[in-house]
Amino acid sequence: MKLTPLYGEHKKLLARFAPFGGWYMPISYEGILAEHKAARESAAVFDICHMGEFVFRGDAAELDSAVTRNVSSLPAGKSRYGFLLNDKGGIIDDLIIFRTGEEEFMIVVNAATAENDYEVLKKRIRAGGLTDISAETAKIDLQGPLSRDVLKETLGIDTALKYFNFAHFEILGEKAMISRTGYTGELGYEIFINSSKAVELWSKLLSDGRVKAAGLGARDILRLEMGYSLYGHDIDENTTPAEAGLDMFVDYDKDFAGKKALLSRKAAGAAKKKVAFKSEGRRSPRAHYRILSGGKDIGEVTSGVFSPSLSCGIGLGFVEASLPVISDIMISDGGRVELKAKITDAPFLKETSLRN
Amino acid sequence: MDIFYTKDHEWVKVEGRSGVMGISAYAVKQLGDITYVELPEAGKEITKGVVVCTVESVKAASDIYAPVAAKITEVNSALESAPEKMNASPEEEGWIAKLEISDPDASKGLMTAAQYDEFVKSLG
Repeated sequence: MKLTPLYGEHKKLLARFAPFGGWYMPISYEGILAEHKAARESAAVFDICHMGEFVFRGDAAELDSAVTRNVSSLPAGKSRYGFLLNDKGGIIDDLIIFRTGEEEFMIVVNAATAENDYEVLKKRIRAGGLTDISAETAKIDLQGPLSRDVLKETLGIDTALKYFNFAHFEILGEKAMISRTGYTGELGYEIFINSSKAVELWSKLLSDGRVKAAGLGARDILRLEMGYSLYGHDIDENTTPAEAGLDMFVDYDKDFAGKKALLSRKAAGAAKKKVAFKSEGRRSPRAHYRILSGGKDIGEVTSGVFSPSLSCGIGLGFVEASLPVISDIMISDGGRVELKAKITDAPFLKETSLRN
Repeated sequence: MDIFYTKDHEWVKVEGRSGVMGISAYAVKQLGDITYVELPEAGKEITKGVVVCTVESVKAASDIYAPVAAKITEVNSALESAPEKMNASPEEEGWIAKLEISDPDASKGLMTAAQYDEFVKSLG
């Protein structure tokens, strides 16, 4: 099990740990609900050092052929969310591509998939120029409505960065990259800095009384309240972006690995479609519970939690694509748990500080 | 009133034939923030070791077992809207059910508070 450079800090904070994507990660410190509240109402800091970072130096067209987003048209200083697909159009990983220069990009990928992503990208980018910088790169996320104030007053960085834009700054005497992105639905930043500075940056952020350390438990609730997919749960190698309701992150105006399969699967008609639902009461729907309509099994829950913001259960799942539009469903664990639920639009939370 | 514990981390306070049950401070700490309690029904007869109710936390759902054989006389309905009471006060305000104990030798096989402390320490 791999440890991040902040492992010792988490121990000091008496974190609870669990394995996640090959890493031993902090799930919570003070409590998941308190940490969720900090991210929604103040600011929270997350150790996301487990995620992978690659640098690609070369022609944008090379990268264009490997991923679903158009990177040639991406201006420097901006980033795009997209996918790495297999030859059947299934999702190998979801990722964010940052254009750091005319011929330089950073690619941020999930922890569990990083190694395979690197191999796939290396094969696809025949000209070379791909480097894995995960080991020397720490990723620390600062998220919450007060995160801009924290950056300014605690790190001395006064920034008006817009959503999905990034820039380089000097932090603790080190060149660091700050991106206005995140996985919480709040105003927030992802900070990329040399691993040797991780502990110092983490401590500095936590010295601000408005900031709480938050673990992957809170992060999971925060992302699900926004309807964001989690790789390995809501999307995987057997799911296309279209089935997952994420077709807007595929640029069909260019060629890329998996495009042909995507188009033919689209033409044939998708087998499943993604739904978001709210369940009645405080009981939590959970992954792998069944989705029923009129007593008939129509699909499966892929993520479910109790939403502290809405005081009800929320979840994502897949149902058969051929079904007519339905609203009322039941969520069942096949035993005693039966929850009345309604299909709804994502995000579940509409009013957040995300675009403040 | 005497308090006894099970190895599944339920507690029962016993005074003659009446009792109160809940889950221990150690148990709620393991569960994390409790978000939902499926309470049992008052009037229900329970036998030792059967599932009485389910408690859900942000992490998982956990079954709670009967520490003794009893009839449930009252349930803590305050937990329906405020399950966080179980985190704040697991052995007082966070009680789950009041009981009419049917077994005259109720504490048999249960741990005393001192024994339970040792047991919890042994879990690390």
